[in-house]
Amino acid sequence: MDPTVILAAGVAFGTVYLFAAVGEIFAERAGVLNLGVEGMMLMGAVVAFGTAVATGNPWLGLVLGMLAGGLLSLLHAVITISFQAEQVVSGLALTFLGSGLARVLGEDLSKAGAIALIPTASIPVLSSVPILGPVFFTNQSVLTYLGFLLVPAAWYWINRTRPGLHLRAVGESPTAADTLGVDVYRLRYAYVIAGGVFAGLGGATITLAISPGWFSELTTNGAGWIAIAIVIFARWNPVWAAVGAYSFGAIRRMIIDLQGPETLFGFPNPFFEDHTLTFFLEMVPYVLVIVVLVAVSGEALRKRVGAPAALGLPYVRGERGA
Amino acid sequence: MTAVPDAPPAPPASMAVEMRGIVKRFPGVVANDGVDFDVRLGEVHALLGENGAGKSTLMNVLDGLYRPDAGEIRLFDNPVDFRSPRDAIAAGVGMVHQHFALVPTQTVTENILLGLAEPRFRLDAGRYDERIAELARRHGLAVDPRARIWQLSVGEQQRVEILKMLYRGARILILDEPTAVLAPQEAADLFRTLRTMVAEGTSIVFISHKLAEVTQIADRVTVMRRGKVTAAGVSMAGTTTADLARLMVGREATETIEKSPFDPGPVVLAVHDVEAQSDRELPALRGVSFDVRAGEILGVAGVAGNGQSELAQVLTGLRRCTAGSISVNGVEVANHTPREVIDQHIGHVPEDRTGVGTAPDLSIADNLIMKSYRDAPVAGRWSIDTGAVRRFATRLRESYAIAAPSIDTEARLLSGGNLQRLILAREIASQPRLMVAVQPTRGLDVGAIATVHRLLLDQRAAGSATVLISEDLDEVLTLSDRVAVVYEGRIVGIVDAADADIADIGLLMTGGRPSGTIEPADATRLVP
Amino acid sequence: MTAGAPARRPQHARFALPWRVRAERRLEVPRWLPLATTLGAVAVALIIGGLILAFAGGDPIAIYAHILRSSFGSLGVLSDTLVKATPLILTGLACALAFRMRLWNIGAEGQLLMGAWAASAVVLVPIVPPGTPAIITIPAMMVAAMLAGGAYGAIPGILKAVRGVNEIIVTLMLNYIAALWISYWVFGPWNEGGFPITPEFPPEAWLPNLSDLAEAIPATSGLTVHLGLLIGLVAAVLVHFLLFRSRLGYEIRLIGDSPRAARYAGVNVVRNTIVVFAISGALAGLAGMSEVSGVVHRLQLVISPGYGFTAVIVAYIAKLNPYGVVVASIAFGALILAGREIQPSGIPAMIQGIILFSLIASEVFLRYRFRIERRAA
Repeated sequence: MDPTVILAAGVAFGTVYLFAAVGEIFAERAGVLNLGVEGMMLMGAVVAFGTAVATGNPWLGLVLGMLAGGLLSLLHAVITISFQAEQVVSGLALTFLGSGLARVLGEDLSKAGAIALIPTASIPVLSSVPILGPVFFTNQSVLTYLGFLLVPAAWYWINRTRPGLHLRAVGESPTAADTLGVDVYRLRYAYVIAGGVFAGLGGATITLAISPGWFSELTTNGAGWIAIAIVIFARWNPVWAAVGAYSFGAIRRMIIDLQGPETLFGFPNPFFEDHTLTFFLEMVPYVLVIVVLVAVSGEALRKRVGAPAALGLPYVRGERGA
Repeated sequence: MTAVPDAPPAPPASMAVEMRGIVKRFPGVVANDGVDFDVRLGEVHALLGENGAGKSTLMNVLDGLYRPDAGEIRLFDNPVDFRSPRDAIAAGVGMVHQHFALVPTQTVTENILLGLAEPRFRLDAGRYDERIAELARRHGLAVDPRARIWQLSVGEQQRVEILKMLYRGARILILDEPTAVLAPQEAADLFRTLRTMVAEGTSIVFISHKLAEVTQIADRVTVMRRGKVTAAGVSMAGTTTADLARLMVGREATETIEKSPFDPGPVVLAVHDVEAQSDRELPALRGVSFDVRAGEILGVAGVAGNGQSELAQVLTGLRRCTAGSISVNGVEVANHTPREVIDQHIGHVPEDRTGVGTAPDLSIADNLIMKSYRDAPVAGRWSIDTGAVRRFATRLRESYAIAAPSIDTEARLLSGGNLQRLILAREIASQPRLMVAVQPTRGLDVGAIATVHRLLLDQRAAGSATVLISEDLDEVLTLSDRVAVVYEGRIVGIVDAADADIADIGLLMTGGRPSGTIEPADATRLVP
Repeated sequence: MTAGAPARRPQHARFALPWRVRAERRLEVPRWLPLATTLGAVAVALIIGGLILAFAGGDPIAIYAHILRSSFGSLGVLSDTLVKATPLILTGLACALAFRMRLWNIGAEGQLLMGAWAASAVVLVPIVPPGTPAIITIPAMMVAAMLAGGAYGAIPGILKAVRGVNEIIVTLMLNYIAALWISYWVFGPWNEGGFPITPEFPPEAWLPNLSDLAEAIPATSGLTVHLGLLIGLVAAVLVHFLLFRSRLGYEIRLIGDSPRAARYAGVNVVRNTIVVFAISGALAGLAGMSEVSGVVHRLQLVISPGYGFTAVIVAYIAKLNPYGVVVASIAFGALILAGREIQPSGIPAMIQGIILFSLIASEVFLRYRFRIERRAA
């Protein structure tokens, strides 16, 4: 139960949530709800792992995993943007499709042996910084460092660039954007696909870096849904998404660590005595998600700061009345 | 056709806008029927007319939103053909619509920069804040570029819309009912701004139905009625407001309709000092009081947007009122749920037939029982008696001549007229003591209109009290016993329909003060 | 340029084909079209699924034929198909009912598990003394399951009705929580022999099945269809009655079609949200009871191969119609049954996903009418 170990592991696993959450933030900021994150992550995970097994090259696996996520989200984009179908149902279909397809493709992969992984590294100067160093900059996967860079980059893109201005407008008031010549359809396509790419990256991060191996749907075990909840908790802000992601990662690790030792803070460890109690421990992340959603919902209603206004609604260029 | 004395011909000047022979049709209506319109450089030209006259359509054509079916447009003497608003803006025409196209969570600067190619990537808001502040100063539009839209008042938001157009180099600015959402002081500010802009070289088209403002701000005025121009580019100098009112509102032969003699019973509806807010949290009703008796139709006349929708909603439990009381037969109904209002036998023929009054994918039968599914005979002890429903629906369908293949047909397949028959059938079947009917004949053909009128008058003969809210002044005058005119959330006059002078009412509707005999509204004044 | 609505879709093509597809909004939908698009969508889905299978190295025709044989090929397998269909009927009804009111109950899986748990508790705690005849035990289990499922369903209902919390995520999280809850009981207090199972239920807690009649009717020997099927069919009739003949059902359909009209008509949306979610949960809970009492006769770690998720597709394919749910359940029951023998195990889920996609994509034909016209030169 070493706090440094827990936090470091939190950052490591949090990176998985982070990639998926940032991707979903892009898609939702553009006004499209994509509930298929779990499916896209599984596809990313299996394609990345399978490629690495087949070719021995984890980087190729990474790229193909991202591509797999992007292709899957393209399907969602076509159906919800061009066909104007219900975004909720399409996302669920994507989850089924993605998980099923991933299980099909990964049929033999659970027996695959060890593979070359994405390398880990420590950052020279920063890892010596007290407290923060061992947590953030020591022995983390390259992908984790990528995650660190992604957060400010995503924030900057959304809030301080012209393309980001258009992104936000498309999700808040597509009509306003459309009348000023912004191509709402094209932008929504682009960001939904970007979301899929990031989800695929998140999945690949699991199998190529954090918890290598293919365990069918247990590989992600709900990470996609937690990522969606993180987006809501983060109020569609990448920085808060990082906070949420790393926190959930730390909780995940803590749950594992709580089960091991014989004594806990000087008292006999109930989870050590009775292993069946650990199931309740594992419920914590899911309960926490619900609690967070409830807490955020009240505030959002009160402060009227909430989801992108056009989230979930297909954009149809309407005819103005006479 | 016009009663306006011929103005002396204006000296030749280069035109900012010339529109000739514009025709624009929509399914079932000719919105613009061979319209000519022009705007001189540096003038404020008002486009006047009632709702549905075709003025917004005409300007949407100029703005590139619609393509005309016929006619041509010249801008600064060059023929133009716009395929989209972007083309129009590129050519120097910008339109500020009634419903702003702004992104509420973004700043003024961000909204103005939206859709432009510049800046290329990095958004350095500070630099643009400066530029926009400068532009705003030059044109007399005070606004803080760093404020977010939702923080701004409506007047300020409107300035942002104007700035959006100016920033893109608009030389011709079209304002669609700009004062509809402004308080009087803000309207005065806007007029000052318009004068400054004109001095800077902008030409302005000012769409309005409010005579008082038109006389204040316009150099010339064009009046439209039912798709045609009734007075073209007339200088304000030689025109009286009464003339314009007549041109705007007109008077046609009323349908001959038999009305039983007026024999009012006791007061059914008593509304006292009601105040309410609109969805935008602006005051919509500012102290409304009136009474309606059994066997009486009180017409509420006024141009849309002066509080009528909100009035209907507070009467039927769909909106809270922030002050005042509403009682039906002595029972207070203000701020009660719609269910409780329905239980008090208050019928409601809503403005929105398809979105509120009916459920589009449910059958006619299912729509007919919307108010009665909780009571016998339609409802049994545990369930809905489908046999009774079918009998009920069949009976209503026949009595009210709802044209449809069967009572199982989905409501969205019905024509407007039949939908309205359905709604009236349903509301009347619930035997209301008070009926609130809002725009009941909007968009209906002549036959359907006659049916609706007949039904409302039958209700009146049967002793029901009715509040009839309508933008169609002819309809209001034909059906009502008394007419209340609403303007900017207040009742500005209540008259007997028989004595009403249409020109005076038209003036009241548009915020003017009639010279005639109408006295301002008095809550205790009742027709004997 | 013709007058009227501007083109609705941006022209993506960089090069222009000589034709153009024009889309017009439909005003009315011909009666035969929804069924045609549904069947068409399923056909397209099967073709696409077949292509993927071929790509992954399988033989699609053989696989599909195998599926048909192993689910409808004989009386025995037909019975097994119906056994798989039974929980689908109940969870399918749960989803259909909730979706009618636009309440996205994706938690049927968790509600099923809680129902299974509660039914097991009746026997294992025990709540009903051992030796009580089946005529009391079985209904007690049913009631317990419905109460548990209903309460579990009411949670997202209340959160949505009162706070507007997104019910999709809440129900999904509750699924995971329910699975862990079962794990606790199965590994812990009710554990038997170290395996993740509970002791077998006594015979009075078993839903009777057809092979119980084997003495009287030899043909029924070995047929595992159990009373749960009848419960499911009865539930379908009751849900149909609820939807189309009760006041609540009328309100549900009204809210689902036009929330604004419902408000105008005086319907209490908050109350209905909670009630409908609870009923939905109760139906799914009943499915759980049916599985532990009629099939495995104990509580075990894995009771459901995702019935609660397949139910979403079943409800959608049935166009939210209770009797359609029955038909679709049998079809998907066949898929699940056959899927157990098919390698890889993800195929049924994949096919389900493709079918659902295909279905929602096909709805575009209900909204728009497409014409191919020659582009003007």
